[in-house]
Amino acid sequence: MSGPALTAPLGLLAELTHRCPLACPYCSNPLTLDNRADELDAATWARVFREAAAMGVLQVHLSGGEPASRRDLVEIVAAARDAGLYTNLITSAIGLEPARLERLKDVGLDHVQLSIQDVEAESADRIAGYPGAHVRKLAFAQSVARLGLALTVNAVIHRANIDRVAALVETAASLGAGRVEIAHAQYYGWAFRNRQALMPTRDQVHRAMREMEVIRPQYLGRLVIDLVVPDYYARRPKACMGGWARRSLNVTPSGRVLPCHAAETIPGLEFWSVRDRPLDAIWRDSPAFQAFRGTDWMPEPCRSCDQREIDFGGCRCQALAITGDAAATDPACELSPHHSRMLELAEAASSGTEERYAYRGRVARDDPMPMGTTPIPAH
Amino acid sequence: MPESDAPKLPERPRLAPGVRLHFDKTRDAWVLLGPERVIEAEGPASEILRRCDGSRTVAQIVDELAVLYTADRAEIEGDVNDMLADLATKRMLAI
Repeated sequence: MSGPALTAPLGLLAELTHRCPLACPYCSNPLTLDNRADELDAATWARVFREAAAMGVLQVHLSGGEPASRRDLVEIVAAARDAGLYTNLITSAIGLEPARLERLKDVGLDHVQLSIQDVEAESADRIAGYPGAHVRKLAFAQSVARLGLALTVNAVIHRANIDRVAALVETAASLGAGRVEIAHAQYYGWAFRNRQALMPTRDQVHRAMREMEVIRPQYLGRLVIDLVVPDYYARRPKACMGGWARRSLNVTPSGRVLPCHAAETIPGLEFWSVRDRPLDAIWRDSPAFQAFRGTDWMPEPCRSCDQREIDFGGCRCQALAITGDAAATDPACELSPHHSRMLELAEAASSGTEERYAYRGRVARDDPMPMGTTPIPAH
Repeated sequence: MPESDAPKLPERPRLAPGVRLHFDKTRDAWVLLGPERVIEAEGPASEILRRCDGSRTVAQIVDELAVLYTADRAEIEGDVNDMLADLATKRMLAI
């Protein structure tokens, strides 16, 4: 037998549901969302968590959609904690009332990650497609602080808020967060579809990156600042997922196991389900995980590159989105023959005046035009 | 404006909310778990971390480790202070 050495994964992203009251145009969920009727039940999640812990997973990220849309969320968190996992709840705050948050704490929830869309309500609510969301998030953060739970604030960065990255960091600090994620939008799925309205200009990106460097020391020891860098204007690709099928895995609401949340955009990959097989067998043997694990799959210029075990060839989903070939070098790399095309695409998208979003889950996947600028109330 | 000073060490250090020490059976190692963080805590590190319980002073932690490792107290004190300062910078101690 040959092939890359198999390491144990550290993290599991558990997408408990694709249901969500918000409709952010950069949502990481696929364009075709799983139905409620197809969602795994709590008992199956409990089995998945036990299998994950047994194979070496240390942390589970309970995400969605909005995980609070699951009425059995407390049971699910308790099961993850019982399995010995560090439990991180990734939430929009909508639908997670203080009483239930307190029950989550009681069953051992370790950490809460709250998304915010901008620093002031009007813009934030327009981005989320949900009037009133922002003030509810602020109130939720107070509940988290009152309970003494650890809080991370996450903000996805794009054209509508990129000029306020410093204010977003300060908002996170004022909400009592110990950590903030300034995550530049990654353009797959919904974000790729909405790139005309989301893509910042190169100047905006450079300004925002400089601003982060300036403010970072001011928060030392008070607020951990993690940056997800934008790669459309980069010279080298990011080590997407720390390498395909190397450190983490993702289980969809209906139980399919993916190497990353966008992997289903790649045609021809065969995904296995936790309904049919144990998690360790899927991690080890499933065709989707084996497809780009290690370095044997790499074409040139990656194959002979001294960075091949540092960036692992970048992102497969981005390679597919830009070049049409998931096995190509990530075009974020300046050594890719498609690098200039990626740059042109970013510059074309960022120079436009499109402000309308195709709101996640509110338009059909093949609908050619985005809907209007007015958010649609969820109720 | 936020203060830019390096964080001050607490008198009786305690791990921050959302941070806990965990024995990883798969890798046969102590690890410190925090938000999006997994930090290996080998031998002495895990002995320091398990004593950061909010009841012991830094001096007590140093005393206990000096006994445990039959080592020079001044040397242990330097190691403990370095490690706690690093943890505080990473926001992993309660403030």
